[in-house]
Amino acid sequence: MNIMSEAAVEKALDQKMNTVPYKMIGKDVSVYYGEKRALFDVNLNIRENTVTALIGPSGCGKSTFLRTLNRMNDTIENCRVTGKITLDEDDIYDPTIDVVELRARVGMVFQKPNPFPKSIYDNVAYGPRIHGLARTKAEFDDVVETSLQKAGLWNEVKDRLQEPGTGLSGGQQQRLCIARAVAVSPEVILMDEPCSALDPIATAKVEELIHELRSNFTIVIVTHSMQQAARVSQRTAMFHLGNLVEENDTDKMFTNPDDQRTQDYIMGRFG
Amino acid sequence: MSTSFLLLLIVLIGFISYFAGRARSFAQAGGKLSNLHSLPGYHGSYVAIWAILPAALVLGAWLVAAPVYIDSSTRAVLPEAVQAQGGATVELALGQVKSVAGGLNRLTAEEVQALESGSANLRSTLAAKGVALAGEGEPYMITAAQHFNAMTVTNRWLMSAVVLLIAIAGGVYAIRNIATRFRARNQVERVMLGALIVASSIAILTTVGIIASMLSEAGRFFTMVSPFEFFFGTVWDPRFAAAGSGGASGQFGLIPLLAGTLYIAFVAMLFAVPIGLFAAIYMAEYASPRLRSTAKPLLEVLAGIPTIVYGFFALVTVGPFLRDISAQLNGLVTGNYQNFIQAQSVLTAGIVMGIMLIPFVSSLSDDIITQVPRALRDGSLGLGATRSETVKKVILPAALPGIVGALLLTASRAVGETMIVVLAAGVAARMQINPFEPMTTVTVKIVNQLTGDLEFTSPQTLVAFALGITLFVITLGLNIYALYIVRKYREQYE
Repeated sequence: MNIMSEAAVEKALDQKMNTVPYKMIGKDVSVYYGEKRALFDVNLNIRENTVTALIGPSGCGKSTFLRTLNRMNDTIENCRVTGKITLDEDDIYDPTIDVVELRARVGMVFQKPNPFPKSIYDNVAYGPRIHGLARTKAEFDDVVETSLQKAGLWNEVKDRLQEPGTGLSGGQQQRLCIARAVAVSPEVILMDEPCSALDPIATAKVEELIHELRSNFTIVIVTHSMQQAARVSQRTAMFHLGNLVEENDTDKMFTNPDDQRTQDYIMGRFG
Repeated sequence: MSTSFLLLLIVLIGFISYFAGRARSFAQAGGKLSNLHSLPGYHGSYVAIWAILPAALVLGAWLVAAPVYIDSSTRAVLPEAVQAQGGATVELALGQVKSVAGGLNRLTAEEVQALESGSANLRSTLAAKGVALAGEGEPYMITAAQHFNAMTVTNRWLMSAVVLLIAIAGGVYAIRNIATRFRARNQVERVMLGALIVASSIAILTTVGIIASMLSEAGRFFTMVSPFEFFFGTVWDPRFAAAGSGGASGQFGLIPLLAGTLYIAFVAMLFAVPIGLFAAIYMAEYASPRLRSTAKPLLEVLAGIPTIVYGFFALVTVGPFLRDISAQLNGLVTGNYQNFIQAQSVLTAGIVMGIMLIPFVSSLSDDIITQVPRALRDGSLGLGATRSETVKKVILPAALPGIVGALLLTASRAVGETMIVVLAAGVAARMQINPFEPMTTVTVKIVNQLTGDLEFTSPQTLVAFALGITLFVITLGLNIYALYIVRKYREQYE
């Protein structure tokens, strides 16, 4: 059997990207905040077990699009979404769909680390508890440990699980939030600029983590950092003024984009 | 020159100084404002402050000191015989002299002469001018009154002259100070700071004064009734009839009143807390902005209703309603239409006070719930929690210390409430645990003890101060504890 280096495997994986099936399909997605239109007929599909980066200048609608994927926009007053978004064939804007269940399937990590003012253990156990994913103490312990391990935080906190999550450092807090999202066993994890409040070392750790999570989860990440998009993602989508400019393999996007605006943005000519 | 006219003159001088100072700074600047350290307005204000402030201070001091001096000087004019009697007699005579002095000013010269020669009756002459004397006037009073009037007139002229002189001198001094580099702006700032400090110290000193007066009166009470009897006595029977007769005095046991206070406050909180808290959660978490913007002020209107109106509501509506419904219920069950809830009862007072407290609970809790960062809400919702799960598991635990603080503040209001209790729970000081019977509170008894025409020397009235200080200590303790908790909570998010 041919033994390939890890990098070679990844390269092969990336080249086959076009054949990876879609996890979520967005068709003609438009978002209005009251009278103001924030997204214009976006057609963007999210591939399974892939990291998709959404880039673009501030106010371009990338976070808005991200939040349509688990209907977090519902919590904003006067926000209206048109078009169709499916998650494995299910229309997530179908009136009969259970939004709460949807959000359990599509988890979210926010820009600022937002651990609950509870212990580290209770932060991670929060999701499993409300969704009844674990029953006994042993089961909970197990979920907490595996989630923290997946988030690369276990070794740092295993001796102080009962201490408040708010006492951790910023980077640890963000990984705790990732562990919290992972504990619900979602299919998709949305990340809204997860590293913007972190220092470079913490950022590197989170990026590494995203890399590892990719094998189990479909990840959509909004980022302002071109380098981060290039480092962590396989697919990149560029937004500008509420429109999807182009979506492509990350390698191609950063070397030879189809659209002049992408070129300009990546070269730092606007943004 | 009357005092108000004098004040007006000072203000006028201040105005003129303001414009003079401004004009001078303009002149000094030589047309270029940037030459000045401070804007011309500051120079004007600086001069005006120098013109007004010292003069006003002297005026105030003079107004306090002059009557004291005039009184003592008039006292010295009184005959030896009167002075020898001392104390109350001298003060009485002085009072009469002042009335006579007021009356003399209304008389014509002939009438005064008639009085001096003794040919006219002092009392009847003055009565004709609308000045009533407490007793028959003595001849010496006329001399003393004339002395008093002369002093007053001199005093007034002297005061006007001195004050106006100070105002003008202050203005002139300040104007001479004005130069391009003069830091008028900083000087004005210092005066502003001083004014703010004076305002806040007045508020604090008043509180200290109130406490001191309560403490000293309560101290007098405790010399007549032992603190042990007061704080641990279980019978409240002040025996008004015995007041003033000395010897046998009533029993002043605090316990029944304290029990009533705490019981009624407890029942009120039992009604107000769940309703207020749920209303707050609805307003903060569920209501649309449009509903919130109308419903919240409506709820807060409840807080603006005077408590006597709530008392009314209890007396006329809630009390009779509870009485009748209890009679009906009793009738249905036992066939005997005897009401088991009195119209005036702990329950009536508790319910109505609870209604009064709802807006306090809801408004304070609403503020605290909306302070919980949005990120926590989003985090919980993003994990697939429902809104009520989010409220129950994330928002309320995060807001709990603040809510407890709010509830303690509300409780201290409940403890201090008077009018509702007077009308809804009655004035009977009893120790019992049946919420359907009347009870009374500390505040009601304070009102009770102080209404009437008793002297402030008997334990029957002085007990009010002891009750007041007890209540004060309770509410102060609650408030301090509440503020401590609220502050601790704030630190969490800032």
